[in-house]
Amino acid sequence: MVIYGVYIVSKSGGLIFNLDHNVPKIEAERTFSYPLEINLEYEPKKVSVVFGQKDGINVGHVLVSVNGIVANGSVLEDGRDVKEIIESKENYPLTLKFSRPKMTTNEKIFLASMFYPLFAIASQLSPEPKSSGIEVLEADTFRLHCFQTLTGVKFMVVAECVQMGMDVLLKRIYELYADFVLKNPFYSLEMPIRCELFDTNLQALLEQVEKGGIASI
Amino acid sequence: MSRQNTRLDTKKVNSELLTLTYGALVSQMLRDFENVEDVNKQLERIGYNMGMRLIEDFLSRTNSPRCLDMRETADKIQLAFRMYLNVQPTISNWAASGDEFSLIFDSNPLTEFVELPQDYQQLRYSSIICGCIRGALEMVQLEVQCWFTQDQLKGDASTEIRVKFVRRLEDAVPAGED
Repeated sequence: MVIYGVYIVSKSGGLIFNLDHNVPKIEAERTFSYPLEINLEYEPKKVSVVFGQKDGINVGHVLVSVNGIVANGSVLEDGRDVKEIIESKENYPLTLKFSRPKMTTNEKIFLASMFYPLFAIASQLSPEPKSSGIEVLEADTFRLHCFQTLTGVKFMVVAECVQMGMDVLLKRIYELYADFVLKNPFYSLEMPIRCELFDTNLQALLEQVEKGGIASI
Repeated sequence: MSRQNTRLDTKKVNSELLTLTYGALVSQMLRDFENVEDVNKQLERIGYNMGMRLIEDFLSRTNSPRCLDMRETADKIQLAFRMYLNVQPTISNWAASGDEFSLIFDSNPLTEFVELPQDYQQLRYSSIICGCIRGALEMVQLEVQCWFTQDQLKGDASTEIRVKFVRRLEDAVPAGED
């Protein structure tokens, strides 16, 4: 039982809540000698692998640290430039650590607002009249379940493909939202959700589902 | 759904607590505004804001589908009164066009222990309920008008709330629901 994340999108299409739950951390650290066998692409914000996949370092992974010093984009924490270090022979052997890139909050907001028109288009594309929007979106590594309330709020859960009963979980998350978000007098509608009680209860619910299965809620 | 075995929702509170808290609110507002008409307006507004939030609670508990007819809406409102105030109003006085009806209460929990003083005869003591109905229905894309036609506080035999359908807010209907 794995649930990767929960997203809530407001009536107007903005991301008002997201929670990363149980996203597997993929990291690989290797020591390299000159010349480097993998091709890197240097961008100001990230250094990523473009070709030459090996030993768990895959195409698309980004550089996290050099010799244990954390890299912020193309600059190390101590101010040195990553490209200069990697391309000069005298620095080798070098220990490089790569990991799968993490989505930033901005990217999440961007993706969430992208889902909104997709959902609307799906209901219009339908050959049958009176269709709902996207309820399940399936890929080979995950399945996205979406539940839209009558008031237009969308609840989404990203989970493993084999996970059953996600519609029940979505209804439960809706209940938590009604109980802990809307009954919080300091929460104004349509704004990002920052309610501690909601966070803790949602976390507890997800853990319960993962341990005891959907029947336990 | 097994909401019963969890948390605070099953906690029932004594209706007197609600009655007295509400009474405190109204009397405080009468003191603050010194104008009965303003108090009426503010109570209605508070109710409206409550309704906008309460509707989500109602929907998440009842799994109601969308209403496509005023009669279904009336039944839902009746159910909501049972859930939140533990009173069951009767639905009657349908307009011939089917877009207007009355909710009749034998008793109103908000007005227990309440008597209106002579100089507050213009006060619509429970107008928070009207606001609540209006706010809640607006969130499910129904615009209604809602007002008191009879009030036990003013000497009528029963309390009557009139609800009138104005229009469906088509442009607010979420995609995939229309």
